[in-house]
Amino acid sequence: MSNTVQQRFTGTTVIGTARLIAAKDLRVELRSRVLLNQVLPFALIVMVMFAFALDSDAVLERVAPGLVWLAALFSALIMVSRSFAVETADGALDQLRSAGVPAMGIFIGKMMALMAQLVVLVTLLIIAAVVLYRAELSWAGSVLLVTTGLTATCGLAAVGTLYGGLAAGAKGRETLLPLLLLPVVAPVLIGATRATESAFGTRGVSTSQGWPWLGLLAVFAVLFSVSGAVAFGPLLDD
Amino acid sequence: MSTVLHGHDPASIEPVVNLCDAVAVLGSFPALAGVTMTVMRGEIVLLSGPNGAGKTTLLRLCAGLVALERGQGRVLGVDLANDRESVRHRVGMIGHSNGLYGDLTVTENVRFWGLTVGASESEIDLAVSRMGLDGRLAHLPVSRLSAGQRRRTALAGLVARRAELWLLDEPHAGLDAAGRDELDSVLKMAATAGATVIVASHELERASKLATRQVEVIAGQVRKVAAL
Repeated sequence: MSNTVQQRFTGTTVIGTARLIAAKDLRVELRSRVLLNQVLPFALIVMVMFAFALDSDAVLERVAPGLVWLAALFSALIMVSRSFAVETADGALDQLRSAGVPAMGIFIGKMMALMAQLVVLVTLLIIAAVVLYRAELSWAGSVLLVTTGLTATCGLAAVGTLYGGLAAGAKGRETLLPLLLLPVVAPVLIGATRATESAFGTRGVSTSQGWPWLGLLAVFAVLFSVSGAVAFGPLLDD
Repeated sequence: MSTVLHGHDPASIEPVVNLCDAVAVLGSFPALAGVTMTVMRGEIVLLSGPNGAGKTTLLRLCAGLVALERGQGRVLGVDLANDRESVRHRVGMIGHSNGLYGDLTVTENVRFWGLTVGASESEIDLAVSRMGLDGRLAHLPVSRLSAGQRRRTALAGLVARRAELWLLDEPHAGLDAAGRDELDSVLKMAATAGATVIVASHELERASKLATRQVEVIAGQVRKVAAL
């Protein structure tokens, strides 16, 4: 393997580091099965509890999009916390920085792994909404929903990784993370909920009315992806 | 082993660590108040001194993790005042934690750290076997290993990373007698192969048998240098 090719697949470049970190995070997840055995059941329980609490098909159908994204946000908090607990349990994050591994690569890698897990989570939640809340989905709505899901999870993964790194070295990080993260992700909650309402046709909203909300989600995703990649190194060093 | 481990010229006469009146500040506290110290390639140097004397800060300065506030400092030929980040990937520092992922196996951990510098599969396999971690141990999750085996896995990561300077902060802490003996033999082997090792330790009797020189740090300054 030539040096250039080998560099591309290892941690000596930003992209190589990102692939290495993402593959490692997903492997850790496959071994520990925290997503499968804890986060996904938690998200489903939240959806079922909402159904019990509201106890009206008409209301549930109307609020289904918001409930999907609320459950996604709560579950994402656990996933972000877990993602950095793995790094701090035995000082691996400090080792990564002290070994001169590019911080931008660490950020992108962790964000990619988190996004992959969030996509699985949101897919399950949408299926749960269709089954439990009888939300209806057309072909055009499905396209909007997939695009919304990908853009919103990208934004959530970016901001989650940034704030997860910020809270990683702090005392009481388990309680600090929700305090930091939830206010910041309000635009994702609003944009994703409105777009999902359009995809489901909730309250007679058409699919075309959902596309403009994707702009908000895209701006959010780009803003936090770029600022996170740039700020992650100084943030970890501090 | 030396070329595989570190890829340097063992005959190089430039000091690996060369500090002259080095000052490092943590917040407003001068943790190092003018340290002068030279470490040559292949040495095992014991850093001794009371708690809070500046041993860990000295290790972190050598690792490029703490800024050189005043004075001069070169590590592996890199000027710490201007370019301390570029020395990081050539230095391996292990403190009280090992930097391992408990859910991954020994080999997966070593491979991960090796790949951060583009190590080949043969280098990774060699690092695992040099630390006596091959066979059944290689496929066990790190969470199931003893403290000594975890420490050896962390050191295998340094070998796979081709670290030329090993900075170890209380490496014997938490190890039983067998684990300490294992660690000492691994460090001697690494030094023989050309790695330079600086060990900060309170266990002077044990570390004295391991090291070639003792540097005593008190109140952020080198008070005594003695051959062992």
